[in-house]
Amino acid sequence: MTYTVEVEGLTKSYGSTDVLRGVDLAVETGTVLALLGTNGAGKTTLVRVLATLIGYDGGSARVAGRDVAREAHAVRNAISLTGQYAAVDEVLTARENLTMVARLRRLPRPGSAARVDDVVERFDLTAIADRRASTYSGGQRRRLDLAMSMVVPPTLLFLDEPTTGLDPRSRDQVWATVRELADTGVTVLLTTQHLEEADRLADRVAVLDGGRVVADGTPEELKAQVSGEILRLSYGDARTYETALASVRTPEVTADPVLLTVDVPTDAAPESVCRVLAELAAAGAPPRRVDMHAPSLDDVFRTLTAPSLEARP
Amino acid sequence: MSTATTPRASLVLDSQVMVRRSLVTTLRNPEAFFTALALPVALMLLFVYVFGGALSTDGAYVDYVVPGIILLCAGFGAGTTAAAVAHDMTNGIIDRFRSMPIAAGSVIVGHVVASVARNAVATTLVIGVALLVGWRPSGGPVAWLAAIGALTVFVLAISWLAATVGLIARTPESANAFTMVLAFLPYVSTAFVPADTLPPALRGFAENQPMTPMIETLRGLWMGTPIGDHGWWALGWCGVILVGAAVCSARLFRRRTA
Repeated sequence: MTYTVEVEGLTKSYGSTDVLRGVDLAVETGTVLALLGTNGAGKTTLVRVLATLIGYDGGSARVAGRDVAREAHAVRNAISLTGQYAAVDEVLTARENLTMVARLRRLPRPGSAARVDDVVERFDLTAIADRRASTYSGGQRRRLDLAMSMVVPPTLLFLDEPTTGLDPRSRDQVWATVRELADTGVTVLLTTQHLEEADRLADRVAVLDGGRVVADGTPEELKAQVSGEILRLSYGDARTYETALASVRTPEVTADPVLLTVDVPTDAAPESVCRVLAELAAAGAPPRRVDMHAPSLDDVFRTLTAPSLEARP
Repeated sequence: MSTATTPRASLVLDSQVMVRRSLVTTLRNPEAFFTALALPVALMLLFVYVFGGALSTDGAYVDYVVPGIILLCAGFGAGTTAAAVAHDMTNGIIDRFRSMPIAAGSVIVGHVVASVARNAVATTLVIGVALLVGWRPSGGPVAWLAAIGALTVFVLAISWLAATVGLIARTPESANAFTMVLAFLPYVSTAFVPADTLPPALRGFAENQPMTPMIETLRGLWMGTPIGDHGWWALGWCGVILVGAAVCSARLFRRRTA
């Protein structure tokens, strides 16, 4: 088994702020790994270290078998970065942007025009290829960004929050494109805040929280960490919600004070559901609505990244 | 795997791509370019027709003031360049460039060459208008060639300095403000009035700052006034600025961690 990304005990601080506190991560060649985490979890810092944009303090980080600090030039030859803010030149057209990348990567002249045409077509840019990128919609810009990363197919493709700020239709388009790229065997390191995105695109998911990887596995493995079914109790007013929260005895409860919902993990047996509901009725806090659902990655994420809620009595 | 043979980055080839990019960017923002052209011409007319009568020099004032206007114009050009670099560094495309196997200096070389090209157009215009309003340089073809050479070295040096300022500044506005200093320096030199008309403290500054030897060199080449060792001082200043700025900018380009 070969790994395109090998990270061990990676640390990075800005002043007294420890952003990465010993990250361990491996991405198997030819797979898509989603790095999942909230704002400030360290996702972007990790990507910037691996993409040779910033240095690191301790541990080790290798991409395509090369050290990202000592062999930065070799690493740069192996990667393409698609940034959080689309990495395109707004003054240039799509075709000019792509040609610029082709020149910088020394594609031989006769073939490079054909390669640019090829990429224009593949990323659905034909209609806008000769317009300046500043006139593009968010989705068109991301597609150009991806196309620029694929003029020379990289060993490792970084996608830093590829669908942030896109409308649902553009998002679906980007997802379809990323899926196609993954099927061609490109190794992808994707960062996202959206569990649905990770679920759709990734072979494996690593959850980053507070500068550490707190969970790592396939989406199914992670979901299996939250066993059984989730019982969701919805309330109409804050007082009954508070009463309910205080009287539920299951330890792994998660709650949403805005939506006034309480999620209780259960073993899905009717008796245990009845027991919870009976307790609530006795405490004077019967829910307004009751739902059961299989745990989503969202539930996994909440359980893994919010230990303070678990500690509540 | 593509890393098996890692081709070395080529500053020359990468810079060609970046020069093209910066020139296209200049041509696609014609409003800014025309402002940069109109300003020095307006200033020259202002000095020749409004202040010229009150300022006493030997002979026509236009013969005295042309080198100063050209350097003033280069100062404004440097402001544009610093702002362009600072703006570029806030753009997503720079992260792509920095993560690509390209020569670290190429993006800045692109900006600097475009800056020299913009200055060449502006300087040609200033010289054309000067000739129209009565400038009569006495220098022959060799003197003209030497003047053009000296100006090119000067513009190259302050363009590179401006690009470095653009890398250090956090916003285009602060980059532009910093290079206002460059546009102001000619006023405290021998550009508009001879140094011996200045108060002693200012005279000391005027006689020892880089603008003065460059202006005296140009004036000497065009008008036949004595150059003395100004030529060597001018080249020395330009050389030091150029080397310093080139080294700093290449390092800053990779080190910058936004």
